[in-house]
Amino acid sequence: MRVALFVTCVNDALHPRTGIAVVRLLERLGVGVDFPAAQSCCGQPQYNTGYRREAEPLVRRTAEAFAGYEYVVTPSGSCAAMIRGHYLRIGHAAEAEGRGGALAGLAEDLVPRVYELTEFLVDVLGVTDVGAYFPHTVTYHPSCHGLRALGLGERPARLLAAVRGLELRELPGAEECCGFGGTFAVKNPDVSAAMGADKIAAAAATGAEVLCGADNSCLLHLDGILRREGAPLRALHLAEILASTEAEPLR
Amino acid sequence: MTAIHLGMPAFPAFPAFPAFPAAAGKAVADPVLRANLRRATHTIRDKRARAVAELADWAELRAAGKAVKDHTLRHLDRYLLELEASVTAAGGTVHWAADAEEANRIVTELVLATGEREVVKVKSMATQEIGLNEALEAAGIAAYETDLAELIVQLGHDRPSHILVPAIHLGRAEIREVFAEEMGGWGRPAPEGLGDDPRELAEAARLHLREKFLRAKVAVSGANFMVAETGTMVVFESEGNGRMCLTLPETLISVVGIEKVIPTFRDLEIFLQTLPRSSTAERMNPYTTMWTGLGPSKGAEGDGPTAFHLVLLDNGRTDTLADEVGRQALRCIRCSACLNVCPVYERAGGHAYGSVYPGPIGAILSPQLRGTGSEIDASLPYASTLCGACYEVCPVAIDIPEVLVHLRERVAQGGPVTREGIRVRIRPAHGHAAERAAMRAARLLLNHDDWPVALRAGERLLARARRLRPRRLPGPGRAWTDSRELPELPAQPFRDWWAARDREGRA
Repeated sequence: MRVALFVTCVNDALHPRTGIAVVRLLERLGVGVDFPAAQSCCGQPQYNTGYRREAEPLVRRTAEAFAGYEYVVTPSGSCAAMIRGHYLRIGHAAEAEGRGGALAGLAEDLVPRVYELTEFLVDVLGVTDVGAYFPHTVTYHPSCHGLRALGLGERPARLLAAVRGLELRELPGAEECCGFGGTFAVKNPDVSAAMGADKIAAAAATGAEVLCGADNSCLLHLDGILRREGAPLRALHLAEILASTEAEPLR
Repeated sequence: MTAIHLGMPAFPAFPAFPAFPAAAGKAVADPVLRANLRRATHTIRDKRARAVAELADWAELRAAGKAVKDHTLRHLDRYLLELEASVTAAGGTVHWAADAEEANRIVTELVLATGEREVVKVKSMATQEIGLNEALEAAGIAAYETDLAELIVQLGHDRPSHILVPAIHLGRAEIREVFAEEMGGWGRPAPEGLGDDPRELAEAARLHLREKFLRAKVAVSGANFMVAETGTMVVFESEGNGRMCLTLPETLISVVGIEKVIPTFRDLEIFLQTLPRSSTAERMNPYTTMWTGLGPSKGAEGDGPTAFHLVLLDNGRTDTLADEVGRQALRCIRCSACLNVCPVYERAGGHAYGSVYPGPIGAILSPQLRGTGSEIDASLPYASTLCGACYEVCPVAIDIPEVLVHLRERVAQGGPVTREGIRVRIRPAHGHAAERAAMRAARLLLNHDDWPVALRAGERLLARARRLRPRRLPGPGRAWTDSRELPELPAQPFRDWWAARDREGRA
């Protein structure tokens, strides 16, 4: 089986380790990975801030970059939710307004082929034990878009529970938003920071060493607060934990 | 779109209110307010979750409520005319109010015609929306709120901050102070040595209000539902104050938004289950009062008013109905479940929303009813992280995040809206020029064939700046660095790692 990796612009630029982890993990599971170099951004920052028309060319670019792949895998619940939840509407609206011919068709073709990483592992590959080893205490923050827009449910927790050596600690108020919210983080910085600080406090109170998530945009915000406050926690993407093995443990 | 056009939007209820981020910032910095809000919202949201979980058919009830509301809104003209006929046949009088000013004028004239200068009020969002109390006061009529929380807010010269619990922002010590200082100015004073025990406070309010109920000749109410086929008005409440107002006075004036109509009595069955569980986490609300015109005796005998007036309020609702995405906000049954789960409301408090409709529903309702012209209304669609918790709990399945993004588009890029029944094109709100330029620049960069080159150049630039180790960025970036560290920069983008590995693989 071959899949295309949609690494996302945030991961490409700021969190390459997540992309590398996904490649190592999938290859370990016998899946061949392609990286279509024309990919960039799914257009979510533009769309969610109210600039739908600015998102249109990025919708087209993304759809074209992944044309022909049976599976497109992304380590971001938020970007997967953007494609699955909004691409068709953006395509239809563009066509209705006389722009972007056939954009809806492109979107319609892409949407069913896009999988968030944990969906791909559990639903397509049918694995929960990916042979990972990570001897640490971990608490998991299920980012809103993964939790509600995609309905990832127990998939991330099942994957984590099967990691050898890992002790999973329940995060109180896990379903509450961390306060990132894309441009919300800079448009409403006081509320955003207060929400993030509460999330960090809840995570720290579990006594876990690692705060794990499946969305680096939320982790970017939480990690920024962690390091500002000097909290004894490390923010890590789920993919890095799943990629860690006894032979090549994550440092 | 309905065949009848009923009116233009109201002027902003809270004029000259600062934009949401500034108002919310003040609330975030108030530890007492934050503690009050956190305790109250978490208690009610946990109880609600338990009450909802008791019903095996919650998903079906939610879908049914949505369907009834959507159907009624699609045929709103027909059901409003049916309602008017039913109310009139039952001995009531129907008045149509296009906007706040017209509604206030109608109510004021009706009260003055009775010769009375006092009215008791049942808690009502619609009369708050139009500023009825202030309009009555200007005409020399005193309006007394009888809902406990509304009474607290009114006595304290305060503003409501929650749809269901208007005084949620206050602790009991603050309430004791308001009662002790202000009750005497409105009627029976608070007892000497009043403490802050909830029972003591409730007793003080009970004694104070009882005098009002027994003296009042005129009452003003809203309604949770209006049944078209029977002309029945329905009020759900918890304290019995509403029941007193709806049965004791001689004249009853009900001011109700046109979206509150439902077709049949049987449709109530859905909302009798979903509204109390969503709002107060009760299986059934303690008081459900229904009145249909003046009844067979035309009010001559028994309980109930001898004159009943229904004021049907538009105030921007018809224009909202014309918007295909935004119209779903009119399904709202004012349960406030969305407020209680909203992490932004929990920190910002209700006052920051600058409207009688706070929280997620307020963030989509106010900019539609009032337009996006003011600073506060243009900022409200951004007062959310789009986390979706509000949509998840909404008993009529209003996709609040969807409407928020739709309204952000209107604020940022302008577009078509309906105002006073006419389709017009509005310009983007002020202050979005720099943001628009940034979004365009980002799009040009991300969509350029040289994007990988630009990415590397950007990283090199950032890495160089990084060596100076700035903890605070200038301009809009400061909003990030004031409370968060910048991310550590990687040695190379992912695509460079990939390209290098690819080369090795081929070698």
